Amino acid sequence: MKEADHEWHDDGPERLYVITGGRSGTAAPEALDLVTLVISRAQPAPGMQPERAAIVRLCRAPLSVAELTAYLRLPFSAVAVLVADLMAEGAVETRSSVPPVADLRLLEEVMDGLEQL
Amino acid sequence: MDSNSFDAVVGPRSEDLLPASATTSVKVVVVGGFGVGKTTMVGAVSEIEPMTTEETMTRAGEGVDHLVGVPDKSETTVAMDFGRISLNDRLVLYLFGAPGQQRFWFLWQGLFEGALGAVVLVDTRRLEACFDVLGRLEEGGVPFLVAVNRFPDAPRHSLDEIRAALDLPEHVPLITCDARDRDSSRGVLMSLARFLHSIALTTEAS
Repeated sequence: MKEADHEWHDDGPERLYVITGGRSGTAAPEALDLVTLVISRAQPAPGMQPERAAIVRLCRAPLSVAELTAYLRLPFSAVAVLVADLMAEGAVETRSSVPPVADLRLLEEVMDGLEQL
Repeated sequence: MDSNSFDAVVGPRSEDLLPASATTSVKVVVVGGFGVGKTTMVGAVSEIEPMTTEETMTRAGEGVDHLVGVPDKSETTVAMDFGRISLNDRLVLYLFGAPGQQRFWFLWQGLFEGALGAVVLVDTRRLEACFDVLGRLEEGGVPFLVAVNRFPDAPRHSLDEIRAALDLPEHVPLITCDARDRDSSRGVLMSLARFLHSIALTTEAS
């Protein structure tokens, strides 16, 4: 049962509270999705909070919010707050928003891409 | 991980970096019960080693008490595996394996929002495990297909029998697969994409 091994474990809420300054992801102004691609627009600023600096460093190439959560070992709600802050500062930008409705052209691109795997 | 250890966070291997041209991402959710093969399927088609993302459960409530081994904590974290497929220079598909049990539905809101669609993975030995999932997806208007993961020791029912047992409407595709096999799992995603395309065609025509 590979899944069961890590399906449940506990994480310190206190740690997340400190990292995000006690804010939750739902307050993030931008609608970030797990698959939103994030890319850096600057170098990590000197003295930047380590978590934020890590995001700026990791996003030199486009990286999804989901991958960020995995590398940082932080939940989505915390990463969303940090990314939103970095966006506001102009340190990162998001490249991709999930299309509200899957259109025909996009689905054709998906099919073509899968065919060529 | 204490705060300073973020300085040492190791990012993607160079061969796992997305090209700078990647601009659009889409997601598909593979949902099913424990041990049905979600992680296996994600791993079979992913171009990167499957990764894990976490969500925090803040709502203490019924149906979770017996699972939580840390009774003093009001937050518990649940993990989801995911993988990635670069479809072309521009477009990236993320595949999430989501637990189907009702107690995990708090995860679903953000997960299914914006998803192209879902694969409901079922094990014929435990068909009842997906009843709730099917109902929930229908309610939520998430397009999905059902893929039967053929376990070697599972009884061989015909697809018609399975469709009847699941009370699955005619328009919902029902296929079989071997989640361990890359081509088979890719075929499931292709079937889903074709199904979504047919829905989009119908919508566009009306």
